[in-house]
Amino acid sequence: MFTMLPQLIIGATDLAAAFLLMYGIKRMSSPVTAPSGIFVAGLGMLVAILASFLYIFNVSDAVKPFLTVNISLAVAALIIGGGLAWWSGKKVAMTAMPQMVALYNGMGGGAAGAIAGIELFGNKTQGVTQLIVALLGALIGALSLSGSLIAWAKLDGVIKKPLRVKGQQAFNGIVMLLTFAVGGYIVFMSQSGAAPLLPMPELIYLFFGCALIFGVLMTLPIGGADMPVVISVYNAFTGLAVGLEGFVLQNPALMIAGMVVGAAGMLLTILMAKAMNRSISNVLFTNFGTVAKHKHSNIKGNLKPTEAGDAGIFMRYAASVIIVPGYGLAVAQGQQKLYEFVKLLQAAGVKVRFAIHPVAGRMPGQMDVLLAEAGVPYDLIFQLDDINDDFATTDVALVIGANDVVNPAARTDKSSPIFGMPILNADKAKKVYVVKRGDGKGYAGIENALFYGDNCNMVYGDAQAVLIKMIEAVRGLGLSAAA
Amino acid sequence: MDFQIAITGFVALYIFMLAAFSGWVIIGHVPAILHTPLMSGSNFVHGIVVVGGLFALINASSVQEQVIGFFAVLLGAGNVAGGYAVTDRMLAMFQVSGQKPKHAKHSPAQAHPSQKS
Repeated sequence: MFTMLPQLIIGATDLAAAFLLMYGIKRMSSPVTAPSGIFVAGLGMLVAILASFLYIFNVSDAVKPFLTVNISLAVAALIIGGGLAWWSGKKVAMTAMPQMVALYNGMGGGAAGAIAGIELFGNKTQGVTQLIVALLGALIGALSLSGSLIAWAKLDGVIKKPLRVKGQQAFNGIVMLLTFAVGGYIVFMSQSGAAPLLPMPELIYLFFGCALIFGVLMTLPIGGADMPVVISVYNAFTGLAVGLEGFVLQNPALMIAGMVVGAAGMLLTILMAKAMNRSISNVLFTNFGTVAKHKHSNIKGNLKPTEAGDAGIFMRYAASVIIVPGYGLAVAQGQQKLYEFVKLLQAAGVKVRFAIHPVAGRMPGQMDVLLAEAGVPYDLIFQLDDINDDFATTDVALVIGANDVVNPAARTDKSSPIFGMPILNADKAKKVYVVKRGDGKGYAGIENALFYGDNCNMVYGDAQAVLIKMIEAVRGLGLSAAA
Repeated sequence: MDFQIAITGFVALYIFMLAAFSGWVIIGHVPAILHTPLMSGSNFVHGIVVVGGLFALINASSVQEQVIGFFAVLLGAGNVAGGYAVTDRMLAMFQVSGQKPKHAKHSPAQAHPSQKS
Protein backbone atom coordinates (compact mmCIF):
# COMPACT_ATOMS: atom_id res chain seq x y z
CA MET A 1 0.00 0.00 0.00
CA PHE A 2 2.78 2.36 0.92
CA THR A 3 4.40 1.99 -2.49
CA MET A 4 1.11 2.65 -4.21
CA LEU A 5 0.66 6.13 -2.76
CA PRO A 6 3.25 7.86 -4.98
CA GLN A 7 1.70 6.17 -8.04
CA LEU A 8 -1.69 7.44 -7.00
CA ILE A 9 -0.42 10.99 -6.56
CA ILE A 10 1.41 10.90 -9.91
CA GLY A 11 -1.70 9.57 -11.63
CA ALA A 12 -3.88 12.30 -10.14
CA THR A 13 -1.45 15.15 -10.88
CA ASP A 14 -0.93 13.94 -14.44
CA LEU A 15 -4.69 13.94 -14.94
CA ALA A 16 -4.90 17.46 -13.52
CA ALA A 17 -1.96 18.54 -15.70
CA ALA A 18 -3.57 17.17 -18.87
CA PHE A 19 -6.76 19.06 -18.04
CA LEU A 20 -4.94 22.32 -17.25
CA LEU A 21 -2.86 22.12 -20.45
CA MET A 22 -5.93 21.66 -22.64
CA TYR A 23 -7.91 24.31 -20.78
CA GLY A 24 -4.92 26.65 -21.12
CA ILE A 25 -4.79 26.21 -24.91
CA LYS A 26 -8.52 26.74 -25.11
CA ARG A 27 -8.15 30.05 -23.28
CA MET A 28 -5.37 31.01 -25.68
CA SER A 29 -7.81 31.02 -28.59
CA SER A 30 -9.18 34.49 -27.77
CA PRO A 31 -7.12 37.67 -27.27
CA VAL A 32 -9.02 38.53 -24.09
CA THR A 33 -8.41 35.30 -22.18
CA ALA A 34 -5.07 34.41 -23.78
CA PRO A 35 -2.67 35.78 -21.11
CA SER A 36 -4.38 33.77 -18.39
CA GLY A 37 -4.34 30.75 -20.71
CA ILE A 38 -0.59 30.41 -20.71
CA PHE A 39 -0.55 30.83 -16.93
CA VAL A 40 -3.05 27.99 -16.48
CA ALA A 41 -1.03 25.75 -18.80
CA GLY A 42 2.16 26.70 -16.99
CA LEU A 43 0.63 25.72 -13.67
CA GLY A 44 -0.32 22.32 -15.04
CA MET A 45 3.20 21.81 -16.35
CA LEU A 46 4.81 22.78 -13.04
CA VAL A 47 2.63 20.37 -11.07
CA ALA A 48 3.40 17.53 -13.50
CA ILE A 49 7.16 18.14 -13.34
CA LEU A 50 7.24 18.29 -9.52
CA ALA A 51 5.09 15.16 -9.20
CA SER A 52 7.32 13.19 -11.55
CA PHE A 53 10.03 13.23 -8.86
CA LEU A 54 7.78 10.82 -6.94
CA TYR A 55 8.94 8.16 -9.42
CA ILE A 56 11.90 7.87 -7.03
CA PHE A 57 9.82 5.74 -4.67
CA ASN A 58 8.95 3.13 -7.27
CA VAL A 59 12.23 2.19 -8.91
CA SER A 60 13.32 -1.41 -9.37
CA ASP A 61 16.25 -2.92 -7.45
CA ALA A 62 18.52 -2.73 -10.49
CA VAL A 63 18.11 1.05 -10.53
CA LYS A 64 18.75 1.71 -6.82
CA PRO A 65 22.59 1.96 -7.00
CA PHE A 66 22.17 4.61 -9.72
CA LEU A 67 19.39 6.55 -8.03
CA THR A 68 21.43 9.28 -6.29
CA VAL A 69 23.28 10.10 -9.50
CA ASN A 70 20.05 9.96 -11.49
CA ILE A 71 18.33 12.47 -9.21
CA SER A 72 21.24 14.90 -9.24
CA LEU A 73 21.47 14.61 -13.02
CA ALA A 74 17.73 15.31 -13.30
CA VAL A 75 17.93 18.41 -11.11
CA ALA A 76 21.03 19.66 -12.92
CA ALA A 77 19.43 19.12 -16.35
CA LEU A 78 16.25 20.91 -15.29
CA ILE A 79 18.17 23.89 -13.93
CA ILE A 80 20.66 24.17 -16.83
CA GLY A 81 18.21 23.51 -19.68
CA GLY A 82 15.35 25.43 -18.14
CA GLY A 83 17.52 28.32 -17.00
CA LEU A 84 19.28 28.85 -20.33
CA ALA A 85 16.04 28.65 -22.31
CA TRP A 86 14.20 30.95 -19.89
CA TRP A 87 16.97 33.52 -20.08
CA SER A 88 17.15 33.40 -23.89
CA GLY A 89 13.35 33.49 -24.21
CA LYS A 90 13.08 36.59 -22.04
CA LYS A 91 15.86 38.44 -23.78
CA VAL A 92 15.25 37.65 -27.47
CA ALA A 93 13.89 40.44 -29.70
CA MET A 94 10.34 40.01 -30.99
CA THR A 95 11.65 39.97 -34.56
CA ALA A 96 13.82 36.94 -33.74
CA MET A 97 10.88 35.07 -32.23
CA PRO A 98 10.30 32.57 -35.07
CA GLN A 99 13.80 31.10 -34.88
CA MET A 100 13.56 30.81 -31.09
CA VAL A 101 10.27 28.92 -31.38
CA ALA A 102 11.93 26.67 -33.96
CA LEU A 103 14.82 26.07 -31.56
CA TYR A 104 12.61 25.24 -28.55
CA ASN A 105 10.54 22.99 -30.77
CA GLY A 106 13.63 21.14 -31.92
CA MET A 107 14.56 20.61 -28.27
CA GLY A 108 11.20 18.95 -27.62
CA GLY A 109 11.69 16.68 -30.63
CA GLY A 110 15.18 15.81 -29.41
CA ALA A 111 13.82 14.97 -25.95
CA ALA A 112 11.21 12.64 -27.47
CA GLY A 113 13.93 11.03 -29.59
CA ALA A 114 16.19 10.59 -26.55
CA ILE A 115 13.40 8.90 -24.57
CA ALA A 116 12.91 6.52 -27.46
CA GLY A 117 16.67 5.94 -27.43
CA ILE A 118 16.61 4.87 -23.79
CA GLU A 119 13.70 2.52 -24.41
CA LEU A 120 15.35 1.01 -27.48
CA PHE A 121 18.93 0.69 -26.21
CA GLY A 122 17.70 -0.62 -22.85
CA ASN A 123 15.34 -3.06 -24.55
CA LYS A 124 12.48 -1.80 -22.39
CA THR A 125 9.69 -1.95 -24.92
CA GLN A 126 7.18 -4.70 -24.38
CA GLY A 127 5.75 -6.40 -27.41
CA VAL A 128 5.93 -5.56 -31.06
CA THR A 129 3.37 -2.72 -30.93
CA GLN A 130 5.38 -0.74 -28.39
CA LEU A 131 8.55 -1.37 -30.36
CA ILE A 132 7.05 -0.06 -33.59
CA VAL A 133 5.53 2.96 -31.84
CA ALA A 134 8.85 3.71 -30.12
CA LEU A 135 10.67 3.56 -33.47
CA LEU A 136 8.07 5.78 -35.12
CA GLY A 137 8.32 8.31 -32.30
CA ALA A 138 12.12 8.17 -32.53
CA LEU A 139 12.00 8.83 -36.27
CA ILE A 140 9.60 11.77 -36.01
CA GLY A 141 11.35 13.24 -32.98
CA ALA A 142 14.83 13.02 -34.50
CA LEU A 143 13.57 14.44 -37.80
CA SER A 144 11.94 17.30 -35.94
CA LEU A 145 15.17 17.99 -34.03
CA SER A 146 17.49 18.21 -37.02
CA GLY A 147 14.86 19.86 -39.23
CA SER A 148 14.10 22.53 -36.63
CA LEU A 149 17.80 23.25 -36.19
CA ILE A 150 18.16 23.85 -39.94
CA ALA A 151 15.03 26.04 -39.86
CA TRP A 152 16.57 27.99 -36.99
CA ALA A 153 19.84 28.41 -38.90
CA LYS A 154 17.97 29.66 -41.97
CA LEU A 155 15.80 32.12 -40.06
CA ASP A 156 18.77 33.37 -38.09
CA GLY A 157 20.75 33.96 -41.30
CA VAL A 158 23.41 31.35 -40.52
CA ILE A 159 22.38 29.56 -43.72
CA LYS A 160 21.67 32.20 -46.34
CA LYS A 161 20.51 30.38 -49.46
CA PRO A 162 18.35 27.33 -49.97
CA LEU A 163 20.66 24.46 -50.89
CA ARG A 164 19.53 22.56 -53.94
CA VAL A 165 21.28 19.99 -56.06
CA LYS A 166 20.06 17.88 -58.96
CA GLY A 167 18.43 14.63 -58.00
CA GLN A 168 17.99 15.82 -54.45
CA GLN A 169 14.43 14.62 -54.17
CA ALA A 170 15.39 11.15 -55.33
CA PHE A 171 18.26 11.10 -52.85
CA ASN A 172 15.96 12.22 -50.01
CA GLY A 173 13.55 9.50 -50.98
CA ILE A 174 16.33 6.91 -50.75
CA VAL A 175 17.35 8.13 -47.28
CA MET A 176 13.72 7.93 -46.16
CA LEU A 177 13.35 4.41 -47.51
CA LEU A 178 16.63 3.42 -45.86
CA THR A 179 15.37 4.72 -42.51
CA PHE A 180 12.19 2.72 -42.83
CA ALA A 181 14.16 -0.34 -43.93
CA VAL A 182 16.46 -0.16 -40.89
CA GLY A 183 13.45 0.30 -38.62
CA GLY A 184 11.67 -2.64 -40.22
CA TYR A 185 14.79 -4.77 -39.89
CA ILE A 186 15.02 -3.93 -36.17
CA VAL A 187 11.42 -5.03 -35.68
CA PHE A 188 12.00 -8.20 -37.69
CA MET A 189 15.15 -9.10 -35.75
CA SER A 190 13.56 -8.47 -32.36
CA GLN A 191 10.69 -10.79 -33.24
CA SER A 192 12.82 -13.61 -34.59
CA GLY A 193 16.01 -13.41 -32.48
CA ALA A 194 16.39 -14.98 -29.06
CA ALA A 195 17.89 -11.86 -27.49
CA PRO A 196 15.88 -9.01 -28.97
CA LEU A 197 17.40 -5.57 -29.58
CA LEU A 198 20.27 -5.81 -27.13
CA PRO A 199 22.80 -7.22 -29.59
CA MET A 200 22.15 -4.54 -32.18
CA PRO A 201 23.01 -1.08 -30.87
CA GLU A 202 24.73 -0.36 -34.21
CA LEU A 203 21.40 -0.74 -35.99
CA ILE A 204 19.74 1.66 -33.57
CA TYR A 205 22.54 4.18 -34.11
CA LEU A 206 22.10 3.78 -37.85
CA PHE A 207 18.35 4.31 -37.50
CA PHE A 208 18.79 7.55 -35.52
CA GLY A 209 21.51 8.71 -37.90
CA CYS A 210 19.30 8.21 -40.94
CA ALA A 211 16.37 10.00 -39.28
CA LEU A 212 18.55 12.99 -38.34
CA ILE A 213 20.09 13.20 -41.82
CA PHE A 214 16.65 12.99 -43.39
CA GLY A 215 15.49 15.97 -41.30
CA VAL A 216 18.47 18.01 -42.54
CA LEU A 217 18.03 17.00 -46.19
CA MET A 218 14.30 17.68 -46.11
CA THR A 219 14.68 21.22 -44.72
CA LEU A 220 17.75 22.44 -46.64
CA PRO A 221 16.07 23.02 -50.03
CA ILE A 222 13.04 24.85 -48.62
CA GLY A 223 13.04 28.58 -49.32
CA GLY A 224 12.78 31.28 -46.69
CA ALA A 225 9.28 32.36 -47.68
CA ASP A 226 8.00 28.91 -46.76
CA MET A 227 9.57 28.85 -43.30
CA PRO A 228 6.32 29.66 -41.45
CA VAL A 229 4.79 26.48 -42.80
CA VAL A 230 7.90 24.46 -42.03
CA ILE A 231 8.01 25.56 -38.38
CA SER A 232 4.35 24.72 -38.04
CA VAL A 233 4.90 21.25 -39.54
CA TYR A 234 7.76 20.48 -37.16
CA ASN A 235 5.70 21.76 -34.24
CA ALA A 236 3.02 19.24 -35.14
CA PHE A 237 5.67 16.54 -35.64
CA THR A 238 7.14 17.08 -32.19
CA GLY A 239 3.67 16.88 -30.66
CA LEU A 240 3.11 13.60 -32.48
CA ALA A 241 6.46 12.20 -31.33
CA VAL A 242 5.70 13.17 -27.73
CA GLY A 243 2.31 11.48 -27.95
CA LEU A 244 3.85 8.28 -29.35
CA GLU A 245 6.56 8.15 -26.69
CA GLY A 246 3.80 8.74 -24.12
CA PHE A 247 2.27 5.49 -25.30
CA VAL A 248 5.61 3.68 -24.95
CA LEU A 249 6.03 5.05 -21.41
CA GLN A 250 2.36 4.30 -20.68
CA ASN A 251 1.85 7.91 -19.65
CA PRO A 252 -1.59 9.23 -20.70
CA ALA A 253 -0.70 12.87 -19.96
CA LEU A 254 2.04 12.75 -22.58
CA MET A 255 -0.23 10.93 -25.02
CA ILE A 256 -3.00 13.50 -24.69
CA ALA A 257 -0.89 16.67 -24.63
CA GLY A 258 1.26 15.42 -27.51
CA MET A 259 -1.66 14.42 -29.67
CA VAL A 260 -3.59 17.65 -29.00
CA VAL A 261 -0.57 19.63 -30.19
CA GLY A 262 -0.05 17.27 -33.12
CA ALA A 263 -3.61 17.74 -34.35
CA ALA A 264 -3.72 21.47 -33.63
CA GLY A 265 -0.37 21.94 -35.35
CA MET A 266 -1.55 20.01 -38.40
CA LEU A 267 -4.68 22.17 -38.64
CA LEU A 268 -2.63 25.36 -38.29
CA THR A 269 -0.31 24.11 -41.04
CA ILE A 270 -3.21 23.41 -43.38
CA LEU A 271 -4.71 26.87 -42.73
CA MET A 272 -1.36 28.44 -43.52
CA ALA A 273 -0.73 26.42 -46.65
CA LYS A 274 -4.22 27.38 -47.79
CA ALA A 275 -3.34 31.05 -47.29
CA MET A 276 -0.48 30.53 -49.75
CA ASN A 277 -2.68 28.52 -52.10
CA ARG A 278 -0.34 25.55 -51.94
CA SER A 279 -0.53 22.06 -50.54
CA ILE A 280 1.71 20.97 -47.69
CA SER A 281 3.51 18.42 -49.84
CA ASN A 282 4.08 21.17 -52.38
CA VAL A 283 5.81 23.28 -49.72
CA LEU A 284 7.89 20.41 -48.37
CA PHE A 285 8.89 18.59 -51.52
CA THR A 286 8.94 21.16 -54.32
CA ASN A 287 11.85 23.45 -54.96
CA PHE A 288 10.34 26.87 -54.56
CA GLY A 289 11.50 29.87 -56.53
CA THR A 290 13.79 28.10 -58.99
CA VAL A 291 12.05 29.52 -62.08
CA ALA A 292 12.89 33.11 -61.18
CA LYS A 293 15.38 33.86 -63.97
CA HIS A 294 13.30 34.74 -67.02
CA LYS A 295 11.06 37.18 -65.13
CA HIS A 296 13.07 40.30 -65.94
CA SER A 297 11.81 41.01 -69.44
CA ASN A 298 8.07 40.91 -68.71
CA ILE A 299 7.92 44.10 -66.70
CA LYS A 300 7.37 47.45 -68.39
CA GLY A 301 7.74 50.91 -66.92
CA ASN A 302 10.23 52.57 -64.62
CA LEU A 303 10.91 52.81 -60.95
CA LYS A 304 9.93 56.31 -59.83
CA PRO A 305 11.65 57.39 -56.62
CA THR A 306 10.16 60.14 -54.49
CA GLU A 307 10.99 61.97 -51.25
CA ALA A 308 9.72 60.65 -47.92
CA GLY A 309 8.42 64.06 -46.91
CA ASP A 310 6.33 64.47 -50.09
CA ALA A 311 4.80 61.05 -49.61
CA GLY A 312 3.97 61.89 -45.97
CA ILE A 313 2.22 65.13 -46.94
CA PHE A 314 0.28 63.41 -49.74
CA MET A 315 -1.07 60.91 -47.20
CA ARG A 316 -1.93 63.71 -44.77
CA TYR A 317 -4.42 65.08 -47.34
CA ALA A 318 -5.76 61.68 -48.42
CA ALA A 319 -9.11 60.45 -47.13
CA SER A 320 -8.10 56.86 -46.58
CA VAL A 321 -4.82 54.99 -46.24
CA ILE A 322 -4.17 51.26 -45.98
CA ILE A 323 -0.77 50.24 -44.64
CA VAL A 324 0.78 46.94 -45.71
CA PRO A 325 3.60 46.14 -43.29
CA GLY A 326 6.14 43.42 -43.98
CA TYR A 327 9.17 41.88 -42.41
CA GLY A 328 11.36 44.78 -43.58
CA LEU A 329 9.50 47.06 -41.16
CA ALA A 330 10.34 44.75 -38.29
CA VAL A 331 13.99 44.54 -39.32
CA ALA A 332 14.24 48.32 -39.25
CA GLN A 333 12.45 48.38 -35.86
CA GLY A 334 10.04 50.91 -37.39
CA GLN A 335 6.77 49.76 -35.75
CA GLN A 336 6.79 52.47 -33.05
CA LYS A 337 7.45 55.26 -35.55
CA LEU A 338 4.83 53.83 -37.88
CA TYR A 339 2.17 54.00 -35.19
CA GLU A 340 3.27 57.56 -34.34
CA PHE A 341 2.79 58.48 -38.02
CA VAL A 342 -0.60 56.73 -38.04
CA LYS A 343 -1.74 58.71 -35.01
CA LEU A 344 -0.77 61.93 -36.80
CA LEU A 345 -2.82 60.93 -39.84
CA GLN A 346 -5.77 59.95 -37.66
CA ALA A 347 -5.61 63.31 -35.91
CA ALA A 348 -5.88 64.90 -39.38
CA GLY A 349 -9.01 62.88 -40.09
CA VAL A 350 -7.47 60.27 -42.36
CA LYS A 351 -8.99 56.80 -42.14
CA VAL A 352 -6.02 54.50 -41.53
CA ARG A 353 -6.11 50.72 -41.51
CA PHE A 354 -3.52 47.94 -41.52
CA ALA A 355 -3.72 45.02 -43.95
CA ILE A 356 -1.89 41.90 -42.85
CA HIS A 357 -1.06 39.06 -45.17
CA PRO A 358 -1.38 35.62 -43.55
CA VAL A 359 2.28 34.86 -44.15
CA ALA A 360 3.70 38.34 -43.50
CA GLY A 361 6.82 37.98 -41.42
CA ARG A 362 8.62 34.74 -40.83
CA MET A 363 5.88 33.07 -38.82
CA PRO A 364 2.09 33.07 -39.15
CA GLY A 365 0.66 36.09 -37.37
CA GLN A 366 4.08 37.49 -36.47
CA MET A 367 3.18 40.89 -37.94
CA ASP A 368 0.14 41.09 -35.65
CA VAL A 369 2.37 40.49 -32.64
CA LEU A 370 4.89 43.12 -33.73
CA LEU A 371 2.18 45.75 -34.27
CA ALA A 372 0.62 44.85 -30.93
CA GLU A 373 4.04 45.36 -29.36
CA ALA A 374 4.08 48.91 -30.77
CA GLY A 375 0.65 49.53 -29.23
CA VAL A 376 -1.49 49.44 -32.39
CA PRO A 377 -5.04 48.59 -31.31
CA TYR A 378 -6.14 45.42 -33.00
CA ASP A 379 -9.39 46.80 -34.39
CA LEU A 380 -7.23 48.73 -36.87
CA ILE A 381 -5.64 45.48 -38.06
CA PHE A 382 -7.41 43.61 -40.86
CA GLN A 383 -6.72 40.23 -42.39
CA LEU A 384 -6.49 39.65 -46.14
CA ASP A 385 -10.07 38.50 -46.80
CA ASP A 386 -11.60 41.34 -44.80
CA ILE A 387 -9.84 44.23 -46.48
CA ASN A 388 -8.74 43.13 -49.95
CA ASP A 389 -11.78 44.52 -51.75
CA ASP A 390 -11.28 47.93 -50.13
CA PHE A 391 -8.00 48.71 -51.89
CA ALA A 392 -9.80 49.81 -55.06
CA THR A 393 -11.63 52.55 -53.16
CA THR A 394 -8.63 53.63 -51.11
CA ASP A 395 -6.55 56.73 -51.84
CA VAL A 396 -3.15 55.48 -50.75
CA ALA A 397 -1.62 52.09 -50.11
CA LEU A 398 1.59 52.38 -48.09
CA VAL A 399 3.72 49.27 -48.47
CA ILE A 400 6.51 49.11 -45.90
CA GLY A 401 9.12 46.38 -46.14
CA ALA A 402 6.75 43.96 -47.84
CA ASN A 403 7.31 42.60 -51.33
CA ASP A 404 6.11 39.14 -52.35
CA VAL A 405 2.75 39.52 -50.60
CA VAL A 406 1.82 42.47 -52.85
CA ASN A 407 3.28 41.09 -56.09
CA PRO A 408 0.56 41.13 -58.78
CA ALA A 409 2.43 38.35 -60.61
CA ALA A 410 0.66 35.99 -58.22
CA ARG A 411 -2.60 36.91 -59.96
CA THR A 412 -1.47 37.23 -63.56
CA ASP A 413 1.74 35.40 -64.38
CA LYS A 414 1.38 31.65 -64.59
CA SER A 415 5.12 31.11 -64.84
CA SER A 416 5.79 32.90 -61.56
CA PRO A 417 6.70 30.68 -58.62
CA ILE A 418 4.18 32.49 -56.45
CA PHE A 419 1.35 32.21 -59.00
CA GLY A 420 -1.94 31.47 -57.26
CA MET A 421 -0.90 32.73 -53.86
CA PRO A 422 -3.53 35.15 -52.53
CA ILE A 423 -1.99 38.62 -52.36
CA LEU A 424 -2.99 41.98 -50.97
CA ASN A 425 -4.25 44.04 -53.93
CA ALA A 426 -2.19 47.11 -53.07
CA ASP A 427 -1.71 47.79 -56.80
CA LYS A 428 -5.43 48.62 -57.11
CA ALA A 429 -5.21 51.61 -54.80
CA LYS A 430 -5.25 55.04 -56.46
CA LYS A 431 -1.73 55.75 -55.24
CA VAL A 432 0.92 53.36 -53.96
CA TYR A 433 4.02 54.24 -51.95
CA VAL A 434 6.59 51.52 -51.42
CA VAL A 435 9.13 52.05 -48.68
CA LYS A 436 12.14 49.90 -49.43
CA ARG A 437 15.83 49.70 -48.66
CA GLY A 438 16.91 49.35 -52.27
CA ASP A 439 16.08 47.63 -55.54
CA GLY A 440 16.56 44.16 -54.07
CA LYS A 441 14.12 41.35 -54.59
CA GLY A 442 11.86 39.78 -52.00
CA TYR A 443 12.47 36.56 -50.13
CA ALA A 444 11.09 34.55 -53.05
CA GLY A 445 13.72 36.17 -55.30
CA ILE A 446 11.42 37.54 -58.00
CA GLU A 447 10.76 40.96 -59.54
CA ASN A 448 7.66 42.86 -58.52
CA ALA A 449 5.59 44.53 -61.27
CA LEU A 450 3.78 46.64 -58.67
CA PHE A 451 6.89 48.81 -58.24
CA TYR A 452 6.90 49.66 -61.95
CA GLY A 453 3.21 50.61 -62.07
CA ASP A 454 2.08 54.10 -63.11
CA ASN A 455 0.44 54.73 -59.74
CA CYS A 456 3.47 53.69 -57.73
CA ASN A 457 6.33 55.71 -56.24
CA MET A 458 9.33 54.28 -54.46
CA VAL A 459 10.58 55.78 -51.21
CA TYR A 460 14.09 54.45 -50.69
CA GLY A 461 15.65 54.12 -47.29
CA ASP A 462 15.55 52.39 -43.97
CA ALA A 463 11.89 52.11 -42.87
CA GLN A 464 12.45 53.83 -39.54
CA ALA A 465 14.42 56.74 -41.07
CA VAL A 466 11.75 57.20 -43.77
CA LEU A 467 8.97 57.27 -41.19
CA ILE A 468 10.79 59.86 -39.11
CA LYS A 469 11.03 62.08 -42.21
CA MET A 470 7.32 61.58 -42.92
CA ILE A 471 6.41 62.49 -39.34
CA GLU A 472 8.56 65.63 -39.49
CA ALA A 473 7.00 66.69 -42.79
CA VAL A 474 3.44 66.28 -41.54
CA ARG A 475 4.22 67.98 -38.22
CA GLY A 476 5.85 70.91 -40.05
CA LEU A 477 2.68 71.26 -42.07
CA GLY A 478 0.52 71.38 -38.96
CA LEU A 479 2.66 74.16 -37.47
CA SER A 480 2.57 76.35 -40.56
CA ALA A 481 -1.20 75.87 -40.85
CA ALA A 482 -1.67 76.94 -37.25
CA ALA A 483 0.52 80.02 -37.80
CA MET B 1 3.98 0.45 -13.20
CA ASP B 2 2.09 -2.30 -11.43
CA PHE B 3 -0.62 0.00 -10.11
CA GLN B 4 -1.54 1.51 -13.45
CA ILE B 5 -4.03 0.22 -15.94
CA ALA B 6 -2.14 -0.83 -19.05
CA ILE B 7 -2.93 1.34 -22.05
CA THR B 8 -2.80 -1.05 -24.97
CA GLY B 9 -4.22 -1.52 -28.43
CA PHE B 10 -7.56 0.06 -28.97
CA VAL B 11 -7.63 1.96 -25.67
CA ALA B 12 -4.53 3.84 -26.87
CA LEU B 13 -6.14 4.49 -30.23
CA TYR B 14 -9.27 5.85 -28.52
CA ILE B 15 -7.15 8.21 -26.42
CA PHE B 16 -5.23 9.36 -29.49
CA MET B 17 -8.41 9.84 -31.49
CA LEU B 18 -10.19 11.86 -28.82
CA ALA B 19 -7.09 13.96 -28.10
CA ALA B 20 -6.57 14.69 -31.80
CA PHE B 21 -10.21 15.68 -32.14
CA SER B 22 -9.92 17.97 -29.09
CA GLY B 23 -6.87 19.65 -30.57
CA TRP B 24 -8.68 20.15 -33.86
CA VAL B 25 -11.76 21.68 -32.19
CA ILE B 26 -9.81 23.86 -29.77
CA ILE B 27 -7.79 25.47 -32.54
CA GLY B 28 -10.59 25.59 -35.10
CA HIS B 29 -11.93 29.07 -34.47
CA VAL B 30 -8.80 30.97 -33.61
CA PRO B 31 -8.43 34.37 -35.30
CA ALA B 32 -5.30 34.74 -37.46
CA ILE B 33 -4.08 37.46 -35.11
CA LEU B 34 -3.37 34.78 -32.49
CA HIS B 35 -1.62 32.24 -34.72
CA THR B 36 1.88 33.10 -33.53
CA PRO B 37 1.15 33.01 -29.78
CA LEU B 38 -0.87 29.85 -30.27
CA MET B 39 1.90 28.10 -32.12
CA SER B 40 4.34 29.14 -29.45
CA GLY B 41 1.83 28.07 -26.79
CA SER B 42 1.32 24.62 -28.28
CA ASN B 43 5.10 24.44 -28.58
CA PHE B 44 5.17 24.94 -24.80
CA VAL B 45 2.51 22.28 -24.24
CA HIS B 46 4.46 19.50 -25.95
CA GLY B 47 7.25 20.38 -23.52
CA ILE B 48 5.43 17.93 -21.23
CA VAL B 49 7.90 15.50 -22.80
CA VAL B 50 10.19 16.57 -19.94
CA VAL B 51 8.02 14.48 -17.60
CA GLY B 52 8.74 11.42 -19.75
CA GLY B 53 12.41 12.37 -19.72
CA LEU B 54 12.39 12.55 -15.92
CA PHE B 55 10.74 9.12 -15.72
CA ALA B 56 13.34 7.63 -18.04
CA LEU B 57 16.28 9.30 -16.28
CA ILE B 58 15.14 8.34 -12.77
CA ASN B 59 14.78 4.73 -13.93
CA ALA B 60 18.16 4.69 -15.70
CA SER B 61 20.29 1.66 -14.81
CA SER B 62 23.42 2.21 -16.90
CA VAL B 63 25.76 5.05 -17.71
CA GLN B 64 24.51 5.12 -21.30
CA GLU B 65 20.92 5.54 -20.11
CA GLN B 66 22.02 8.24 -17.67
CA VAL B 67 23.72 10.21 -20.45
CA ILE B 68 20.79 9.95 -22.86
CA GLY B 69 18.32 10.62 -20.04
CA PHE B 70 20.26 13.71 -19.01
CA PHE B 71 19.93 15.10 -22.52
CA ALA B 72 16.25 14.17 -22.67
CA VAL B 73 15.56 16.19 -19.51
CA LEU B 74 17.90 19.00 -20.58
CA LEU B 75 16.19 19.41 -23.96
CA GLY B 76 12.70 18.93 -22.52
CA ALA B 77 13.32 21.54 -19.83
CA GLY B 78 14.55 23.92 -22.53
CA ASN B 79 11.36 23.33 -24.50
CA VAL B 80 9.19 24.05 -21.46
CA ALA B 81 11.01 27.11 -20.10
CA GLY B 82 11.68 28.72 -23.48
CA GLY B 83 8.17 28.04 -24.74
CA TYR B 84 6.62 29.58 -21.64
CA ALA B 85 8.88 32.65 -21.59
CA VAL B 86 8.27 33.48 -25.25
CA THR B 87 4.51 32.87 -25.18
CA ASP B 88 4.06 34.85 -21.98
CA ARG B 89 5.88 37.84 -23.44
CA MET B 90 3.82 37.79 -26.62
CA LEU B 91 0.49 37.47 -24.89
CA ALA B 92 1.30 40.25 -22.44
CA MET B 93 1.36 42.59 -25.44
CA PHE B 94 -2.07 41.52 -26.54
CA GLN B 95 -3.35 42.31 -23.09
CA VAL B 96 -2.40 45.93 -23.57
CA SER B 97 -3.97 46.23 -27.00
CA GLY B 98 -7.01 44.28 -25.82
CA GLN B 99 -7.98 47.31 -23.78
CA LYS B 100 -7.07 49.74 -26.53
CA PRO B 101 -9.96 49.49 -29.01
CA LYS B 102 -12.19 51.63 -26.76
CA HIS B 103 -9.64 54.45 -26.87
CA ALA B 104 -9.12 54.02 -30.59
CA LYS B 105 -12.79 54.53 -31.29
CA HIS B 106 -12.78 57.73 -29.28
CA SER B 107 -9.72 59.35 -30.79
CA PRO B 108 -10.94 59.76 -34.40
CA ALA B 109 -14.20 61.18 -33.07
CA GLN B 110 -12.26 63.71 -31.06
CA ALA B 111 -10.12 64.49 -34.07
CA HIS B 112 -12.98 65.40 -36.38
CA PRO B 113 -14.03 68.72 -34.78
CA SER B 114 -10.46 69.98 -34.90
CA GLN B 115 -10.30 69.14 -38.58
CA LYS B 116 -13.43 71.19 -39.32
CA SER B 117 -12.12 74.21 -37.49
